[in-house]
Amino acid sequence: MKPTKYLSLAIALTMLSAVSVADISPDDVPFDGSMQVNESLTGKAGDPTEGRKVFANRKLGNCLACHAASDQSDQLFHGEVGPSLDGVASRYPEGLLRTLVINAKKVFSERTVMPGFYSNEQGARVAEKFKGKTILTAQQVEDVVAYLTTFK
Amino acid sequence: MQIKSASRLVGRALLLPTLALSFSSVAFAGPDENQLIIEGETISTDTKAAAGNPLPHLYSGWRFRSIETQALQADDFENPAFTAVDTGEELWNTVDGSAGKSCSSCHNDAAESMAGVRAKMPSWSDSLGKPHTMETQINACREEQMGAEKWKWEAQDMLAMTAYVGLQSRGMPVALDLEKGEMQDWHDKGEDLYNTRVGQLNLSCANCHGGNFGKMIRADHLSQGQTNGFPVYRLKWGGLGSIHRRFKGCMDNIRATPYKRGSDEFIALEVYTANRGQGLSVETPSVRN
Ligand code: HEC
Ligand code: HEC
Ligand code: HEC
Repeated sequence: MKPTKYLSLAIALTMLSAVSVADISPDDVPFDGSMQVNESLTGKAGDPTEGRKVFANRKLGNCLACHAASDQSDQLFHGEVGPSLDGVASRYPEGLLRTLVINAKKVFSERTVMPGFYSNEQGARVAEKFKGKTILTAQQVEDVVAYLTTFK
Repeated sequence: MQIKSASRLVGRALLLPTLALSFSSVAFAGPDENQLIIEGETISTDTKAAAGNPLPHLYSGWRFRSIETQALQADDFENPAFTAVDTGEELWNTVDGSAGKSCSSCHNDAAESMAGVRAKMPSWSDSLGKPHTMETQINACREEQMGAEKWKWEAQDMLAMTAYVGLQSRGMPVALDLEKGEMQDWHDKGEDLYNTRVGQLNLSCANCHGGNFGKMIRADHLSQGQTNGFPVYRLKWGGLGSIHRRFKGCMDNIRATPYKRGSDEFIALEVYTANRGQGLSVETPSVRN
């Protein structure tokens, strides 16, 4: 390897760890007394345009598997397992929407079928490829939350 | 694809008023009201649940499929599984192995000897000390009775044979005998597995097929996850697949490491799911999307 490559690798590593150091880890999420999370997991604001994509993407949020949402009418198929999310921002404050995406079990009962998207509370036998990983990254959670807050 | 889903939506929309009348207090996008008639014979696709069954009423997976997919299963000439059934019939009469025998050497006419066999599978085997699935029973006959090599779980020959043997029970009610041997223990182990949350998505089989059947999960209409139609021809697979292949697919989808085909875990799960469909008609070979 050439020294320049080492150098760029080193820079990339620093950048990577800088990002993850700023992110709140899944085990340290500060739920308050009313189960809300009132600060961004990344310290940055979410991007609703990105959030809209994560919401529909089958490999990421795939929220449409279980929920309908009028804003996603360009997508052919919407699920019915959970309620329609239209108007959800009028029903929940942002801090609770964040909790819902991080780990819905904190809001609903343990028995909810909605997965925790930023939680280490996962099922048995997690596939090798996904072991030790959350479904969404902290930034993707923020993006989805920013998108949900537009559902007035 | 688009026409298909559109017609499904129309069908469902048309059904709504009737549903609203009969179950006015429940929002329930359930199975459709279509009837499965094959070669003039009506095959019942729902039945009362036996006592102790966690389901309120049993419905075949056929009732949740699109009209186009349903039609493929309602006509043996259209049903793409019948190519394999023909292969199965050929294999039934083909001598294989050191004993110089075919299945028919001992079992004669499958229409008689195999009628009702699919309906009671898995069933207890004393010699094995555990339940036989259709696959392990066929392999036991091949190895011990014929001196032939066993087939792989998902081999084309195995699927052809399980489809052919299964067809001989079409229309008969699923009826497992849990009293025999240790069947009840296997059933209970299967029940535990069925209710255990697995994978990164943290879901159990029951989460989808128990509480939520009848609802759309994105493009798919959730059924009760019944096994009465297996092996099924899946359009997505472009061929037949076993019960254990379907179990594996569901576990993959929720990002869990599936058990192996033929493993004790999947056999236990098969005992439980088959018994959970006790009373439904055998529909082998079914067609699915
Ligand atoms: C496997 C199905 C499933 C998936 C996938 C899913 N949810 Fe849910 N969600 C539910 C269910 C079911 C409820 C209702 C609570 C309950 O019954 O447990 C719910 C409730 C909610 C609510 C509260 C709605 C209300 O009006 O009370 C929000 C917000 C929500 N989900 C957002 C999301 C987002 C965002 C995603 C994707 C990142 C998502 N859900 C993915 C099943 C799901
Ligand atoms: C040499 C005779 C012989 C041959 C050949 C043979 N079998 Fe069998 N088969 C048996 C016997 C005996 C039983 C009953 C075994 C028992 O009860 O454990 C049996 C049982 C079965 C059963 C279970 C029936 C039930 O009521 O539970 C199936 C299915 C079966 N055989 C399929 C096949 C197939 C398919 C082939 C060809 C690949 C085949 N057999 C070849 C002797 C044979
Ligand atoms: C995320 C929801 C989900 C979970 C969890 C799930 N499945 Fe499924 N399953 C499906 C969907 C979607 C289908 C295809 C449509 C249908 O028949 O429901 C399906 C189909 C099936 C079928 C075929 C039914 C037929 O009539 O063709 C069986 C059997 C089955 N599942 C068993 C299981 C078992 C056993 C488990 C647990 C290991 C499981 N499923 C977990 C969603 C799920």
